[in-house]
Amino acid sequence: MNGVSQGLERFRETMRRDRVFDLVNNPAENPALDVSHGMALYLEGITKSFDGFRALDDLTLYIGDGELRCIIGPNGAGKTTLMDVITGKTRPDAGTAWFGNRINLLRLKEHEIAGKGIGRKFQKPTVFENHSVHENLELALHADRGLLTSLTWKLNGEQRDQLDETLELIGLKERRDAPAGSLSHGQKQWLEIGSLLMQKPRLLLVDEPVAGMSGQETEATAELLTSLAGRHSVVVVEHDMDFVRSIARQVTVLHQGSVLAEGRMDEVQADPRVREVYLGEEN
Amino acid sequence: MRLTARVATGLLCALLLTPLLSPGASAAMEDAQEQAEQLGEEQEEQLEAELAEVTDEELAEDTAELLRAMATQDIRALQAAIEDIAASQDADTLPALLALRDRRLFFTDDETLIIEDARDGTFREAITGEPREDLDAGDLNEPRATNPIRRILRPTIGALQIFADDPAARLAAAEELAERPRPEMRDAIVAALDEETAAETERLLNIALAQLDLDSEDDARRLEAVEIVAEVRASRLRSDLQALLEVDDDGNHLESSEEVREAAAAGIRAIEDRERTARFVSDLVFGLSMGSVLLLAAMGLAIIFGLMGVINMAHGELLMVGAYTTFMTQALFALLIPQYFHYYLIAAVPLAFLGAGAVGIAMERGVIRFLYTRPLETLLATWGISLILMQSARMIFGAQNVSVASPPWFSGSVQIMQGVSLSTSRVGVIVFAIFVVGLVWVLMNRTRLGLEVRAVMQNRDMAACLGVPARRVDMWTFGMGAGVAGLGGVALSQIVNVGPEMGQNYIVESFMVVVLGGVGSLFGPVLSALGIGVTTKFLEPAVGAVLGTIIVFAAIILFIQWRPQGIFALKGRSADD
Amino acid sequence: MHSSSTISHLGRLHSGTAWVILAILAFLALVVVPVLYWFVPPDSPFHMPGWMVTLAGRFLALAMVALALDLIWGYTGILSLGHGVFFAMGGYVMGAHLTRVSYEDRLPNFLQWLDYSDWPWYWAGFDSFLFTLLMIALVPGVLAFVFGVLAFRSRVRGVYFAIITQALTFGGMHLFFRTETGFGGDTGLTNFTYLLGLDLGTPQARLVLFWVSALALILAYLLCRWIVTSKLGRVLTAVRDAENRVRFTGYDPLRYKLFVWVVSAVLCGVAGALYVPQTGVINPSEMVPSASIEMAIWVALGGRGTLVGAILGAGVVNVVKTWATSAHPDLWLFILGGIFIFVTLLMPRGVIGLFSRRKEGKA
Repeated sequence: MNGVSQGLERFRETMRRDRVFDLVNNPAENPALDVSHGMALYLEGITKSFDGFRALDDLTLYIGDGELRCIIGPNGAGKTTLMDVITGKTRPDAGTAWFGNRINLLRLKEHEIAGKGIGRKFQKPTVFENHSVHENLELALHADRGLLTSLTWKLNGEQRDQLDETLELIGLKERRDAPAGSLSHGQKQWLEIGSLLMQKPRLLLVDEPVAGMSGQETEATAELLTSLAGRHSVVVVEHDMDFVRSIARQVTVLHQGSVLAEGRMDEVQADPRVREVYLGEEN
Repeated sequence: MRLTARVATGLLCALLLTPLLSPGASAAMEDAQEQAEQLGEEQEEQLEAELAEVTDEELAEDTAELLRAMATQDIRALQAAIEDIAASQDADTLPALLALRDRRLFFTDDETLIIEDARDGTFREAITGEPREDLDAGDLNEPRATNPIRRILRPTIGALQIFADDPAARLAAAEELAERPRPEMRDAIVAALDEETAAETERLLNIALAQLDLDSEDDARRLEAVEIVAEVRASRLRSDLQALLEVDDDGNHLESSEEVREAAAAGIRAIEDRERTARFVSDLVFGLSMGSVLLLAAMGLAIIFGLMGVINMAHGELLMVGAYTTFMTQALFALLIPQYFHYYLIAAVPLAFLGAGAVGIAMERGVIRFLYTRPLETLLATWGISLILMQSARMIFGAQNVSVASPPWFSGSVQIMQGVSLSTSRVGVIVFAIFVVGLVWVLMNRTRLGLEVRAVMQNRDMAACLGVPARRVDMWTFGMGAGVAGLGGVALSQIVNVGPEMGQNYIVESFMVVVLGGVGSLFGPVLSALGIGVTTKFLEPAVGAVLGTIIVFAAIILFIQWRPQGIFALKGRSADD
Repeated sequence: MHSSSTISHLGRLHSGTAWVILAILAFLALVVVPVLYWFVPPDSPFHMPGWMVTLAGRFLALAMVALALDLIWGYTGILSLGHGVFFAMGGYVMGAHLTRVSYEDRLPNFLQWLDYSDWPWYWAGFDSFLFTLLMIALVPGVLAFVFGVLAFRSRVRGVYFAIITQALTFGGMHLFFRTETGFGGDTGLTNFTYLLGLDLGTPQARLVLFWVSALALILAYLLCRWIVTSKLGRVLTAVRDAENRVRFTGYDPLRYKLFVWVVSAVLCGVAGALYVPQTGVINPSEMVPSASIEMAIWVALGGRGTLVGAILGAGVVNVVKTWATSAHPDLWLFILGGIFIFVTLLMPRGVIGLFSRRKEGKA
């Protein structure tokens, strides 16, 4: 437990405004990505059914470049399916999905989408359990994903530095050689976020990042996510309303597979329809 | 009684599949098997005997008169006697004629006709039916059944048999006539046709008649014959019709009547049509039967894999347990209640279910339950179990195949349609497959266990919260799947050899059924097994059985490209991880 | 530049101690065994009899199969129960070459029965040793590639994959059982006499085959070691542990799986090609599904995900098998079945796992 709070301390340290980590502020390099209209993601009319059940129903959603967006909604509202569609795991039955102005997501496979700069963090932390922390980050490192180059691959000095910075950022420097499977739940969450950052994504999809985190850890995560916004577009799916309130500028409410309301947190909370289907249920 | 005790020991040994082999048990096994085989053979003989011995009661006086004339060594007198019998159309004389044919007919010096029983070789008076134990072969004279005599004897027997009371005898006679029609019997055939009620016999008689009439001088009669042929659509008469259409070297028709020629052409078309249909139906039914075998072999696997995600490589050996249980039941019946021997198969069904189920439960408790989270390891561990079961069977029952006799009501053949007959066991397998599918459906949908099984498989934690004992349900599910595999073994014992390695032949194909069918529904395996069976059967004539199987396998692998989870997949989010 | 980086990479395959151990083992196989066989007189207790050399040579070939299977199963998490087909393909290619050079101008009976008066087209080229070498890699490689593309593209995995690999080898077995396939039907190819001008019946041939097998195994081991210690190896293990994560990290698992699958098949084919001249026969029984399952237990017993474990497992199981099938043929299946159950239940990490667990305990 001591290790965790130490890591957390270091984690918070990195959040200080007077120190700049290159990694966080370097714009993601992706020449193919064109966000000249100020929009990172265009989803229009997305529909997806499973055995007659409409998980997504004519959903339209735009994410601005550098925006931090929270998506909330009751269970079964289609949040995870939405993530699946963006990352190519699920093909929608109808609709279009564009990343920037040029990249048609529906034509790409999962790994190609990831290569274009969309990173995803799963709800349940998924790291490569048998690899060390260091190796996890190395695999995620933004570099050639070719098969044969991987046979003779070696880190260069710059990449090594980048790796060390990330290790420090996520507070796992001491455990760099430990197998990821031996980390605590919270540490795995950070490791996954760290891996995501190593990918230098332009758009980050984060599914329930604070599930199972303590209050302190939650706060640190909130700070990290807000600091990422601006340079990256970040989409957060979350159940924890306090957490959403603490980070959200724009909130989208999903209900039965389509957008019910969109706006600032207080606006959304004031919306009677939202109160009825979602917030109302909590009372 | 001692024997019984030994067999009981043997049974116990075998059912527990104890690898320890005691010589006593194996000897008892052999005894039991021998006895079972003997009983099986007796049944067949009895069937034949029933055909031959129409009656052993005293015969009517005029019949007796006809027969007495046969007690002679004068060939000419014998010939006259047979001709008289033929003219009388008296079917009661048949046993004596058959005995003459088979050289079992004798007469004593005082001209009493004696028949030697075909079964036990005892002597009996032909007319009174009284046994004559006082006689032996030296006391008897034999009528001289020379070739000329035999030549007239055969049609006479045939003619008499078509009037016999026993439908089976009439059918056999009609078959003989259709094969070798004799002009002198035309009147008898016409007379018999008037009375005949059995469709197949009537058809055969018609064929015989048509064959005779095709050579008739009379145009009308020839035409009628051609029309009969077209109606019965007998393939064997096709060449006769073809002959009617032939032309000689000058281009003249051999057949003078235009009408007859047209009818013959129509007849040939009709025959070809029927042959095509028959071929299709026969391939289809045979394919369905093959599919049913596959289904019976794969059903247990589908349950265990479908519900529990466990790959049970010992599945083939559960089939084997079912088959050996059938064998043991047979042996048990032979020893304890031979009078009900024919019904052992019925008793084998529940016993095989319980036997294989017990082995399955032992497997689940002993090994598989520790491996639920590691499916690939389960695969290897169950393979280990399969090797041990196989070797145990080899040590208990020997490496040779054991013989499982099909009861009489399960042997023989069934005519599906004209020209398509299947052995009863093949058809029985289809019926049995329907029964097993029904049973599984009832178990799953109409019992408490089925409800619990479905609950646990859908949401284990939730079911556990509701008080369903999940681990125990696992055990019963596995036991049920294993039991169903045992049922498959009963079916296999009737069509293939029962031996220690029998299970190995089915394992890969069973898995293909499950892979193709998917695990979402009971009907996945049904559809895929029947589909594989029928496809293989239809491919066979074109490419041969082996290539057919390979093509089907390749097709399955390609099919998986299109539907990775099989025909009846569980779609939706639950299925994509 | 590139070659020097390759050499430095090879250097990093092992720690210094491990290189020393490897060198000792290689010395034992490549030098000591030949000396014991060739120079030590037969009446000396240290003499190694000829049958033992050949047996050891065969085991080395089988150890290579275990390496190949470990690469795909232990490291990538894809259990193949159909590697027998690749082994047999390599074996048949070698068998075809041996048949052609042994028969010279005559046609073997099984081809005469098929009414061939000359070698049919699919036998063309096998008289050339170089062509044969090429085919040893190409036949299993192409077969694996086609099958792999189909299976991996539709994301067949886990037990489903294991099952369809069973079907693959089962289908192959049936194909070669047919006499019309033209490879000798159920008797297969046998009666080999010459290989590269070497009379297979002589002690020289024995030794050469053993020596080549040992060398091939060492090279195969180094190749595997290179793969698994590179970043490629880490991607493979990542595929095994969390395939979706690999995808969302931007790697295409299909390409990686396909690569290692084909490499594994080719290694297996090479092993088959080494095995056949040492047994003198290749027939379809190498493709029975059970033979391929047995290969998996070599790897499981030794320890999945460790190359040394795979080699060790193949050695142990085959030595026990050789002993048991002659001394207690009735017991062999009980022993083998027992190993399957025991290892999966109680030793999930194999023999090697026992050692490494102790090490971890200390740390």
